[in-house]
Amino acid sequence: MAASNFEKFKSDGTLLGNVTEWVDARFPLTSMWKQHLSEYYAPKNFNFWYFFGSLALLVLVMQIVTGIFLTMHYKPDASLNASGVPVAFASVEYIMRDVPWGWLIRYMHSTGASAFFIVIYLHMFRGMIYGSYRSPRELTWLFGVMIFLALMAEAFAGYLLPWGQMSYWGAQVILNLFSAIPFVGEYLATWIRGDFVIGDATLNRMFSFHVIAIPFVLAGLVVAHILALHETGSNNPDGVEIKKKKDEHGIPLDGIPFHPYYTVKDIVGVVVFLMVFSVIVFFMPEGGGYFLEYNNFFPADPMVTPPHIAPVWYFTPYYSLLRAVTYPLFGIDAKFWGVIAMGAGVVIFAFLPWLDRSPVKSIRYRGPLFKVLLAIWVICFFVLGYLGVLAPTPGRTLVSQICTFYYFAFFLTMPIWSKLDKCKPEPDRVTFK
Amino acid sequence: MSCDEKVDCGRRRLLVATAAAGGAAGVVAVVPFVASMLPSERAKSAGAPVEADISKLAPGEMMTVEWRGKPVWIIHRTKEMLDGLAKIGDKLVDPQSEKQMQPEYCKNEYRSIKPEIMVAVGICTHLGCSPTEKFKTGAESGVETDWPGGFLCPCHGSTFDLAGRVYKNKPAPDNLEVPPYKYLSDAKIVIGEDTTGA
Repeated sequence: MAASNFEKFKSDGTLLGNVTEWVDARFPLTSMWKQHLSEYYAPKNFNFWYFFGSLALLVLVMQIVTGIFLTMHYKPDASLNASGVPVAFASVEYIMRDVPWGWLIRYMHSTGASAFFIVIYLHMFRGMIYGSYRSPRELTWLFGVMIFLALMAEAFAGYLLPWGQMSYWGAQVILNLFSAIPFVGEYLATWIRGDFVIGDATLNRMFSFHVIAIPFVLAGLVVAHILALHETGSNNPDGVEIKKKKDEHGIPLDGIPFHPYYTVKDIVGVVVFLMVFSVIVFFMPEGGGYFLEYNNFFPADPMVTPPHIAPVWYFTPYYSLLRAVTYPLFGIDAKFWGVIAMGAGVVIFAFLPWLDRSPVKSIRYRGPLFKVLLAIWVICFFVLGYLGVLAPTPGRTLVSQICTFYYFAFFLTMPIWSKLDKCKPEPDRVTFK
Repeated sequence: MSCDEKVDCGRRRLLVATAAAGGAAGVVAVVPFVASMLPSERAKSAGAPVEADISKLAPGEMMTVEWRGKPVWIIHRTKEMLDGLAKIGDKLVDPQSEKQMQPEYCKNEYRSIKPEIMVAVGICTHLGCSPTEKFKTGAESGVETDWPGGFLCPCHGSTFDLAGRVYKNKPAPDNLEVPPYKYLSDAKIVIGEDTTGA
């Protein structure tokens, strides 16, 4: 923290002033407040898409708080209780039925997981259309991709905890992915499960990952993400650097202090978000079987796979990438390449800053090529997501293979087409009405 | 690392050496934590054989028993089912069961000790779902119009015949595993133990 850039607080003689001066001499209170809020200059032309960063932070806090209270009642135990129901499953039902307000806290947490991914996907898409990942914000973007990965691991571990049929069989499929890795795969999968099958050992370690390990990593990455962002300053819908035009005090001409301007604006976003979120939590907490799958209301049964298993909606595009690969290559199973495709589908976002060679950042000044190719990519992403919840048929597999091909081709050919595109000239300063 | 006259090279070497030694010790300290995640001694010993009574298993039916936390199928195959196995060889990945997915005594055209009784671990070799029985043939099965009866994995669409052999061009790479087993009598099978002492 560059504390020396800011002067220490000098008391005006009041009690509050004295206390603040005392603290400020020992802790970078004023300097941090200024650096990240009252004197952090954000572009004045933020639009709708810029709500999702602060909303992601809100949902993270909500998940942590609801999670703390759920942990007070939840039991990670796969053994059967006196009624023959797994203890973990029974403890979730206990939270739902017997713990005062337990149903609300649980539904906030389970709906919050889906809300988290909706917000994060929109936040990432914002980065894609306005070129927020471009220089000098590559590290902010990379930390973001790592947050996305950590979030997927967190959601996966969390989904195992209710120990329902989908928890069990979803984990069975995903953890078995590791066994596709040549030579060490089988050993690795056993190490992750802690047993030769998914069982109590697996449930306990996923609980540990879910409540301790991954949240710590997530919190650290979020801090790094924000620190990196505040180092370079925020991008904006025009994709032009506001730091290039400064006034005589060195303040960007098109910048406004984050607090109070954007704190107040974000409160509006928070209120609207909470309205939508409440409607879902109170009236459709299962999200039509997409947020909480119906089969997960049956206790885990290692003997019977549900007739149709699909991951929760936020994983389905990647699940489709996995299923789309049906040919063995270089003498290694199709399964392995499916796993590679799924992993690559997520990791490829990390390479965006170096794949994109366009002279301009924002979609506002990019040419028709980018707009059309991105639109098709978004369609492919939705189609893959939709196919991921359905049972596979030869026709659907073919469609998902075409979409998979396009998904990767979009990124891998980007260095070529992003240069060819007919871009419009960027303005000197942000456009603002 | 440059080593000019302003730097005490002896001290620097000592620092580098001790830091490296300390770092190596730190890496070694990771071992117990990583190893603690392996299956415990209790999990390793929980592999006892299970017995199954097949006297009431009618032809054309199957039953499932739990062995090492996995479903094991016992299928009583009819004469037609057994005859059908020979006809689909060209559609299968490994019709001759060349790959070691079964004990040596089950490496035959029926993949079983007695032709009519099939024993297999009901876990798809793709990603570990338990396939669903599709014994009905033809279009009625909902699989394919020329479906001869077998198993369909609900997760990724792999199909297996009534000897647990996997069809070509499906995600699953291998035939279903046949566990070691033996007959105690005509009516009793023990799974997880065989006459070879495995």
